[in-house]
Amino acid sequence: MNYVMEILPALLAGTLMTLKIFFSTILLSLPLGVLVALGEMSKFKPVKYLVEFYVWIMRGTPLLLQLIFVFYGFPLINLVFPRYEAALFAFVLNYAAYFAEIFRGGLQSIDKGQFEAAQVLNLTKFQTMQKIVLPQVLKIVLPSIANEVINLVKDSSLVYVIGLGDLLRAGNVAMSRDVTLLPLVLVAIIYLALISACTIVQKRLEHHFSYYR
Amino acid sequence: MLEVKKLSKSFAGRQIIKDLSFNLADGQTMTVVGPSGAGKTTLLRIIAGLEAKDAGEILVAGQAYNPEKISVVFQDFNLFPNLTVLENITLAPKLVLKQSDLEAKKEAEDLLEKLQMLPYQNQYPYQLSGGQKQRVAIARALAMKPEILCYDEPTSALDPNLRQEVEKLILALKQSGQTQFIITHDLTFAQNVADQILELKAIGD
Repeated sequence: MNYVMEILPALLAGTLMTLKIFFSTILLSLPLGVLVALGEMSKFKPVKYLVEFYVWIMRGTPLLLQLIFVFYGFPLINLVFPRYEAALFAFVLNYAAYFAEIFRGGLQSIDKGQFEAAQVLNLTKFQTMQKIVLPQVLKIVLPSIANEVINLVKDSSLVYVIGLGDLLRAGNVAMSRDVTLLPLVLVAIIYLALISACTIVQKRLEHHFSYYR
Repeated sequence: MLEVKKLSKSFAGRQIIKDLSFNLADGQTMTVVGPSGAGKTTLLRIIAGLEAKDAGEILVAGQAYNPEKISVVFQDFNLFPNLTVLENITLAPKLVLKQSDLEAKKEAEDLLEKLQMLPYQNQYPYQLSGGQKQRVAIARALAMKPEILCYDEPTSALDPNLRQEVEKLILALKQSGQTQFIITHDLTFAQNVADQILELKAIGD
């Protein structure tokens, strides 16, 4: 027990970094994902192709590689990011691409009649999206988004590659130093707690949207 | 008054409507009948602004077409499933006609009462039957105070009892002076409700 109390501050500091990456990525990549999805569905071909190319790159290469490129590769073209900003940049771009594909699927599943009903009621495109389409899309995409959010909690451990001290890294350091697996057991427990919290939020949101079919 | 002059429309090289002209006077009800493929629904979609015309002119009250003057009751109703009955009806009056919450709610309640749907105002569309959904769709269209109310096949999704109810409802709206434009394949219904019947024929027939 004394040992647990001894390593807990380091693990909690790592958890803080994990949470920082997690919340910042969610806050930035979800709205960006909606914009990218709209870009993918744009009738203006240059925008559509550009956005599709971006999604292809992001989904076609590992997040680990993207982190390395942003932190070690971008300085070669005089774009230097500090460690945390580099991690955030890579995570937001990567997750926005995945979220965009989920939103695109949701948007395309909305019945054409909903858009036509809004049009004959003379609602603007913005009003149609805000009041009719997005609330319906959110309900449809919620389970898939929640899946990605859970992946994000675990993917955040990749930031070790650019030297950021997250939860897993803190556990690894303690394991190597003290030659025991106990720190990793604690790390697993903390990850499970974080993901359980995400699952509870997911269930609450699904319940919230269950008021209509 | 709705005036349609020399309207033409084709899809993928196939002429659907050719040089169609007709007038619908204020307060009158017109039904449009004809076989499948004669362009009935296309005609309604053009009048509702959902489809572009190739040639011709549409005038409402002597002025170039303005979609704000026309409302549509769709065949599948197209109610918004995420909104209650009341919200379905008040959404556009609030956002488009800039009515206050109170004013929009009062007018929606009046319409729902006339259509015997007031007890359902807080229900969601999935909780309603086909006939009830149609009444809500009619209330939603009427809430926009349209000069012309269009219906796409209003009887096709309904059983015979409900068909009679819709007929009564359309006749009541006709008596109240509402101009109505109705696409239907049901000849008896068309004759029962119409002041004028427009028969479209498939081009080439």
